Amino acid sequence: MTIGSIPLRFKVDIDPDQCMLCGRCVDNCSYGVFRKDGDAIRVNSRNCVACHRCSAFCPRDAISIYEKPTDYRSHPVWTREVRENIFNQAKTGKIVLAGMGNALPYPIIFDRLVLDACQVTNPSIDPLREPMELRTYLGKKPSSLSLKESADGTVELITKLSPNLQIETPIMVGHMSYGAISLNAQTAIAKAVSRIGTFMGTGEGGLHESLYPYQKNMIVQVASGRFGVDINYLERGAAIEIKIGQGAKPGLGGHLPGEKICADVSYTRMIPEGSDAISPAPHHDIYSIEDLKQLVRSLKEATEWKKPVFVKIAAVHNSAAIAAGIARSSADAVVIDGFRGGTGAAPRVFRDHVGIPVEAAVASVDAKLRQQGIRNKVSIIASGGIRESADVAKIICLGADAVYIGTSALVAMGCRVCGTCYRGQCAWGIATQKPELTKRLDPDVESVHVENLIHGWTLELAELMGAAGINSIESLRGNRDRLRGYMLDEGLLNVLDVKTVGA
Amino acid sequence: MCGIIGVIDKRRQSVDGAKIKEALSMMNERGSGEGAGYVAYGIYPEYKDYFALHVFFDNIRENKAALDTLLEKWGTIVHDEQIKTYEQPNIRKVHTPWRYFFRPDRSLMPKSTTPDEDIVTHLVMKINAEKNGALIFSSGKNLGVFKAAGWPEDVADFYRIQDYQGYLWLAHNRYPTNTPGWWGGAHPFNLLNWSVVHNGEITSYGTNRRYIESYGYKCTMFTDTEVVAYLIDLLVRKHGLSEKMAVRAFAPPFWEDIDRMPPKEQELNRAIRLAYGSALMNGPFAICVANENTLVGFTDRIKLRPLVTGEYGDRLYISSEEAAIRRMEPDVDNIAMPKAGEPVIGRVIS
Repeated sequence: MTIGSIPLRFKVDIDPDQCMLCGRCVDNCSYGVFRKDGDAIRVNSRNCVACHRCSAFCPRDAISIYEKPTDYRSHPVWTREVRENIFNQAKTGKIVLAGMGNALPYPIIFDRLVLDACQVTNPSIDPLREPMELRTYLGKKPSSLSLKESADGTVELITKLSPNLQIETPIMVGHMSYGAISLNAQTAIAKAVSRIGTFMGTGEGGLHESLYPYQKNMIVQVASGRFGVDINYLERGAAIEIKIGQGAKPGLGGHLPGEKICADVSYTRMIPEGSDAISPAPHHDIYSIEDLKQLVRSLKEATEWKKPVFVKIAAVHNSAAIAAGIARSSADAVVIDGFRGGTGAAPRVFRDHVGIPVEAAVASVDAKLRQQGIRNKVSIIASGGIRESADVAKIICLGADAVYIGTSALVAMGCRVCGTCYRGQCAWGIATQKPELTKRLDPDVESVHVENLIHGWTLELAELMGAAGINSIESLRGNRDRLRGYMLDEGLLNVLDVKTVGA
Repeated sequence: MCGIIGVIDKRRQSVDGAKIKEALSMMNERGSGEGAGYVAYGIYPEYKDYFALHVFFDNIRENKAALDTLLEKWGTIVHDEQIKTYEQPNIRKVHTPWRYFFRPDRSLMPKSTTPDEDIVTHLVMKINAEKNGALIFSSGKNLGVFKAAGWPEDVADFYRIQDYQGYLWLAHNRYPTNTPGWWGGAHPFNLLNWSVVHNGEITSYGTNRRYIESYGYKCTMFTDTEVVAYLIDLLVRKHGLSEKMAVRAFAPPFWEDIDRMPPKEQELNRAIRLAYGSALMNGPFAICVANENTLVGFTDRIKLRPLVTGEYGDRLYISSEEAAIRRMEPDVDNIAMPKAGEPVIGRVIS
């Protein structure tokens, strides 16, 4: 079969009138697009992934990048993507890998939900002038309190509380492992979350020694490969998260290509250098919900019941019932990762076709837990496709306690969502372990960007709450009355338990 | 808007219904003539051991038999009668108010620690959710709610509220935005011995409703106020908290204040906020809530609605307006304005 070269995905143009041959594009491109040839810069557009590193560093704005310079004969069924996937697979005979989140144009539920604001009958609250509380506690809460109230007015608390994580904003950074992203990227995030008073996940990559100073803001992950897990690791985390599944690839384990396993990653993960780190699809000690319970309790026992244990699952059709099982397992929080969740590497077919949106999953999980009277047993953390503060407000209205962001935090550090993370060539120094690339990311500078992003969202969230006449985030949580669906079908409105606009 | 007033006599001496009518009418500026109501405690001494169920029937012939059958199934009706009303030019009598004195059969709720109350709660929730032309709007012992769509004076005259003698009263002058003209939407709201009057809007209603419904309560009145009655029933009757601690859960201190408290107090307040975060009430409100022994007034955490208290002799008054209190008791002492979120509690001592 002869397929020939498939049409270019991107075309890179250099405006010769603007170009001063400084060569910054040549130095910055890690994909080999540019080459200096005498007094010209030659371009190989085929290598371009549109990461924009070149144009971002071109001092003259001389570089333009165009998507899809060659048209296919248009066809509503046989789209360009469909045809190219076939070309690719016909050549390789393999599973096609892809990066970042779901790339099919499913409707985005967040964008069909609108928030409420007060007018006349109740005043909106101005966060510049009145207290506005975003503080959130993650973990198990008692469903009732036992108090000893004496005649002299003193009140004694009899109920013992389980350990909770205290966060000053309901926004955390999700699990992106050292290996998937660079140590500099992890360090930038760690600095940001520790300054803000929130948390980040280590991912399934262990905890590098240089991050120990930030350990009280770290949630350490135990995934099916058990990479990097020992008692030292567990004890350093503020909380422990068992990863069952991930929104980008429900039903699969992790896959870190060998190219990204440098010496330091190998040491932190406790695996051989250069080997593919493939974590199994299921945990080989969890074949049922009661096995999960044993692992939750073993981890608690190992850390003297001092740390909350979270369980992360991919949002799938039966999430609500699964979450109800998790809530009964002694776990303190359940993380629901929607099908838009990002990843360093996932089979394209899983990334695009398996799982459900986080909005619907969180709504049904919250409803199920309330129906069974066990909502206080676990916090709900939503992740996968949280793009802005409005998404945070909406998912909290649908029942989440807090969110994890991933891609958004990477974009704050320069990521252009080119989706080529699995190649380990990230020109921004984020999804790579090559020293010449990782050194491009200055953790101090980028930590400010991540901090700014979370801070900005937090301010916006406070304003949105104030406009809705709410001064404490617990009154937004599960408050679906403050949402309306715009052009959502009746079935989905029922699942979300949200009325339509105008109703 | 809306105007509220409550009074309690701590030695259970009777207060005349005529006075509360006058006081409530002082606040007509806060109402719109589309809803008013009263609750009086101590009005049925001869039936004080029975649950007094006040019911709005849409139609006696069609709707009453079903309710009678249901009540007989769950217990005994010792007496029932139409609540006497007197025609008023400004009130359209769209319902027939009825009262039952009812005793539940405890053996039908074997696992409950408060079987009588649980049976009555179950019946109230069931009947009101079914919407079969009967609405139970009052279900406590030795107390009764009287309400309708109209101005306070007209509603009072409709029931001849001056004929009732109570040691504890709540009354409400309504400016509706949600369900104007609906008798069920007028305050007070009642469940068992709890009655609530409320001025304001609860912006956390969606959260509060989902929370309370997970404990088997059903919100059926299309208004935010009823959750207050159910929440206080849950926290005080079922969870055993004092009224003071329940109000702490509804309008808790801010974290920045909690952070500055001594460790033990900090721990207590954090526990309340963690356990009862979904019971926290947000938005502008002033609320009076009562049971047979207690009158509690409180506002939201930043006091976006007015609340004034006054004392005279054995009586504690709580109202939206000082003028209303002075109408009842011109020589009132200790007029005060409670701080945001801080409850004012009056109790009977005999």
